[in-house]
Amino acid sequence: MDSHVVAAPEESLDSARTVALNVNGHARELRVEPRVSLLDALREHLGLAGSKKGCDQGTCGACTVWVNGRRVLACLTLAVTCEGREVTTIEGLSADGQLHSMQAAFVAHDAFQCGYCTPGQIMSAVALLAEGHAADDREIAEWMSGNICRCAAYPHIRAAIRDVRDAAGGE
Amino acid sequence: MSGFIGQDVSRVEGPGKVSGSARYSGEIALPDLAYAEIVGAGIASGRITSIDTAQAERAAGVAGILTHRNLPKVNQVPLVPSLMGGPAPGETFFPMQDDLVHYAGQPVAIVVADSLERAQHAATLVQVSYAESPSVTTIDQGRADAYIPEKIFGGFVPGQMQRGNVDDGLAGADLRIDAAFRFAANHHNPIEALTTTAAWDDDQLTLYDSCQGIKAVQLTVAALLGMSLSKVRVLAQYVGGAFGCKAMVWPHVTLTALAAQYVRRPVRLSLPRGQMFTSCGHREEQEQHIQLGATRNGKLTAIRNHKISVTSPFDDWAEPAFGVASQLYACPSFEGVHRLVRGNTMTPTFTRGPGEALGVFTLECAMDELASELGIDPIELRLRNITDVDPNTGNPWSSHGLRECYERGASRFGWAGRNPKPRSERDGNWLIGTGMASAAYPVAFFMHTQRARAHLYADGTAIVQTATQEFGTGTATVMTQVAADGLGIDLQNARFEYGDTDLPTAGSPVGSNGAMMISAAVHNAASALRDQLIALAVADSQSPLHGTDPARIVVSGGRMAVADDAASGETYTSLMQRHFMNDAEAIGSWDPPPLDTPYGLLTFGAQFARVAVDADLGIIRVRHMTGAFAPGRILNPRTARSQLMGGMIWGMGQALLEGTHMDTTLGRWANASLGDYLVPVNADAPDVDIELIEVQDDVVSPLGVKGVGEIGQVGSAAAIANAVYHATGYRARELPIAVEHLLAPLRPDLAVPRQDAQPTAR
Repeated sequence: MDSHVVAAPEESLDSARTVALNVNGHARELRVEPRVSLLDALREHLGLAGSKKGCDQGTCGACTVWVNGRRVLACLTLAVTCEGREVTTIEGLSADGQLHSMQAAFVAHDAFQCGYCTPGQIMSAVALLAEGHAADDREIAEWMSGNICRCAAYPHIRAAIRDVRDAAGGE
Repeated sequence: MSGFIGQDVSRVEGPGKVSGSARYSGEIALPDLAYAEIVGAGIASGRITSIDTAQAERAAGVAGILTHRNLPKVNQVPLVPSLMGGPAPGETFFPMQDDLVHYAGQPVAIVVADSLERAQHAATLVQVSYAESPSVTTIDQGRADAYIPEKIFGGFVPGQMQRGNVDDGLAGADLRIDAAFRFAANHHNPIEALTTTAAWDDDQLTLYDSCQGIKAVQLTVAALLGMSLSKVRVLAQYVGGAFGCKAMVWPHVTLTALAAQYVRRPVRLSLPRGQMFTSCGHREEQEQHIQLGATRNGKLTAIRNHKISVTSPFDDWAEPAFGVASQLYACPSFEGVHRLVRGNTMTPTFTRGPGEALGVFTLECAMDELASELGIDPIELRLRNITDVDPNTGNPWSSHGLRECYERGASRFGWAGRNPKPRSERDGNWLIGTGMASAAYPVAFFMHTQRARAHLYADGTAIVQTATQEFGTGTATVMTQVAADGLGIDLQNARFEYGDTDLPTAGSPVGSNGAMMISAAVHNAASALRDQLIALAVADSQSPLHGTDPARIVVSGGRMAVADDAASGETYTSLMQRHFMNDAEAIGSWDPPPLDTPYGLLTFGAQFARVAVDADLGIIRVRHMTGAFAPGRILNPRTARSQLMGGMIWGMGQALLEGTHMDTTLGRWANASLGDYLVPVNADAPDVDIELIEVQDDVVSPLGVKGVGEIGQVGSAAAIANAVYHATGYRARELPIAVEHLLAPLRPDLAVPRQDAQPTAR
């Protein structure tokens, strides 16, 4: 039996455009094709490799960043749609080289092993507290389930989030 | 010793990982970097009749395309596990050497372009035509042609083993258990995909590779390409998880190197998640059929386990299922047989707890059944069969601790007073059950000489180096502790450097051997340097230690002093400054004990699980897990616990979630994504309680370390399956255990009979 992979007709995709956005408090401009994801723009164009690519399909959460303060999957967000938006990545979470309390809690509780999903976990965890979704372990677990940790540090991730929640006066 | 070993030290690389500054292999900035994308075969078996790359070559930014028509030929290299310290290709087959297709997803072209998006797009423009032939991808399709291989697992494990007479043991038994199990294939799915960046400088190749063994990558690529080892350098600082799929060296690594040579610029290839299912091995689909014989008072008389599994067209690969299963209990007879089906898949590979985890699963489910039949508590049944010698050799264990694991695990879990009757506890509509299983994992001495270098500066700070990598196990942290203790300096003055093949040779940390073998080399290097400086001091007439017996000198905080007199002696700094030394250095090495070391070599543990099963829907939730483990000396309880916890939750995933299923019409995995291949997420993972039981082991390594990488996963799925039985009265015969398996036993009024064949491995 003969089978044949049918390809799409070639088209000119050299339609790069300039996108102006604010990344971690700094105005940035970059030239990207419209198909470039926010994740690849951060990693490959802006040198911000803290946001990780785990699946590129929106299933693992390793690429979680904030756009205008809301957590999004950077692999499913086109960079050109972020024109004029404020993007916050793990690199922008803390100032002056000090760890954010959530980053410190992740270290203190050994809430990671290989560390690859960790920036996404932390961006989700900080947002989770702001969203008011950390009342108890069950709620934390549910609202953190978009971030896969294949090393399975989940109980320690919950402990880290509890600590930061309680230090902030609870919910 | 200053005593940093055994302390709860937080990860030295922790701040880098939480701040996003830790750089993984796909994150190294290189000038003029190009991006590669592999085109995988769209059929499982057949021949390529044509490849049209013209349209792809015209696409914007494309730098070059390699197919079987223009890829250079590579050398044939045998499949040998990377622990052995030689070249270690994951399969003996190398793609794009001819027009044959052996499995779906097999690389048929590699496209390089100046941006990732352009490479991805151009890869879709490569037009491949095939002449397809019928494929075999499952046990059911190939069962009739199954064969017993002479050797499996890279040629190191016999295809079958026998001890005593199983037929007699079964015939003479008062009670027999006979059960067949079916296990779905598993994929490792570390969150960092396998990623290689290749850069040539004239004839010198540098690879940044996401791997479990940089030396194995160097050796394999050099062997395939016929290069001198001195021309290949491999770097890997941080690796985003591995679990066995980065232990062998897969074809994409060498393809990236060849692509970079072809386009004359650095090239990066990061496997898309979908290709992670067809590029770096898997745990093979398998069935196991176990028979136990026992006396009325629970003494085992026979264990027989026949396994059948799918391997590739090229290699006799099966996870070895019968090492631990043949050693765990006193039993006069044991028979283990691996049978293989040649299928159109790539060669399977190590997957956390390779072989032993499922061999023990089968045994421990059968033991639970035996305990029920005999009316004996499951722990008591195991204690009646516990052995102080390795039943295969009669040698004593190098260290044991299994009794303590049962005792302390049971106590922490609250096992005592358990009502053994199934369906005896309810929480609303949830049926509650508890289960336990033994755990054990081999300590293997297959590695070569391990080396490390210790380098001390006159200011009292030190760097200790070896060619290993950090993939989440805690190596960087525990080796810093070992180095500081060996040198007698403070922890903050020691730095462990790794991730570069130019450093002293270390083996691939696989099979739970990393902590044992690398700590041995680091300890020996640090101790050699300490001894060298002590020798200098006692020979120096200006030293307060002049003439002192070196054996009486201890070093702490960088100060050499007579034991019990901390104020005596002098610091390394004062000694070195007096001798005009800026630094001092020593190489340390360690060779494992011989393979015929007269000891039984296993790490032991016990697992406990509490589950809740919805009485109508069959949904299973694991509420709690307890594990007690005796892995020799604990270098760092924090990182050890995390490894064990990860293993236990992996076992939960294997029990309840993880299975890669074959679409036999297409010969392709049907659920090749993290949306369809379910792994545990936060809401699945219960709290896990871990008890560490230190046992002294003077056989395994200078520091008595056995290892924790895999044993957490052994027995974990069995404890859950046994708990499901206790909750429901249903004996699981297939992993992952699915809701639909439980519907018939729970709600016979609603169940539809299952259409698929039942496992029949013999």
